[in-house]
Amino acid sequence: MLWAGLLIASAGCYALKLAGLSLPQAWLQDPRIQRTVPLLPVALLAALIATQTFSTGHRLVLDVRAAALGVAAIAVLLRAPFLVVVAAGAATAALLRLL
Amino acid sequence: MAFTGIASSSHGGIVRDALGIAIASGAYALSFGAIATTAGLSLLQTAALSTLMFTGASQFALVGVLGAGGSVWAGAATAALLGTRNALYGVRLSSLLGGRGLKSALAAHFVIDETTAMAIARESASGSRFAFWATGIALFALWNLGTLIGALATHALSNPKVLGLDAAPPAAFLALLAPRLRAREPMAVALLAAVVALVFLPFVPAGIPLLIVAALDVVIGLFFPAPRGGRRVRAVDPTGGESD
Repeated sequence: MLWAGLLIASAGCYALKLAGLSLPQAWLQDPRIQRTVPLLPVALLAALIATQTFSTGHRLVLDVRAAALGVAAIAVLLRAPFLVVVAAGAATAALLRLL
Repeated sequence: MAFTGIASSSHGGIVRDALGIAIASGAYALSFGAIATTAGLSLLQTAALSTLMFTGASQFALVGVLGAGGSVWAGAATAALLGTRNALYGVRLSSLLGGRGLKSALAAHFVIDETTAMAIARESASGSRFAFWATGIALFALWNLGTLIGALATHALSNPKVLGLDAAPPAAFLALLAPRLRAREPMAVALLAAVVALVFLPFVPAGIPLLIVAALDVVIGLFFPAPRGGRRVRAVDPTGGESD
């Protein structure tokens, strides 16, 4: 089941890449597509951040993950490399749990 | 990921830039390997994602949804939705890359933010092709190597949560989101998406708030015209707007 999901998702991502190279250019240059698609990662990443920071299961919670996100945000503002941003978030959560 | 710098036209300069991007991505793959393992994927499953999916944001989203208790199908749908932007990159690249058949099928696997940014920054089609393949090959190698090392290191830990790795995905998503927020409209969309996802979260299965947000984005994109005058998200903007 897990494998099937991973493989189908991978195939889907590949199909999208191939579609861009292969489909008639006019389809993908439609203004509505050009407007909708670039906003998708913005909306999805924001929703992922919100749900994975402020919930456990189906409950909304406020815990050390909020502080971890705050520290990660500071790292982003300081233009830290990707790995540093992730490590700063993880380390903050780990340290606060030790307290 | 954002990358800056003046585009080199010599092959040596392109290779140097490609290696720089690949090394940075390899470091970022370490965190992917760690997060995927913490989410419960086996070493083989983690490695397979980096080899077969090979598009960072989608990979992080899939393991993020799994780690948060969502179903693999919700994760797969989110990964595919995040992969739609690669289709738009292909529109710009197809005229630069040329090629048909097997070569085009292989090139498609390498159509991601970084290779697109490197290819469209060149002045000649041959320079674009060289930059695309150099970046694609170097990044593919180091992305998979980094994933393996991250996964192996995390497998060696008795409890990855002690290192806070379960809290790492939002930081990773934030680092991916930040370069896309350099205008008012994407910021508004991001805020709206976050609020809508949290409002629906208590009432629907895990992962579904993401699909609701995606549907909302499609409604906004189709029925609300782009704001006039203001900067909007560019259709093909893998550098996150720095070249704007």
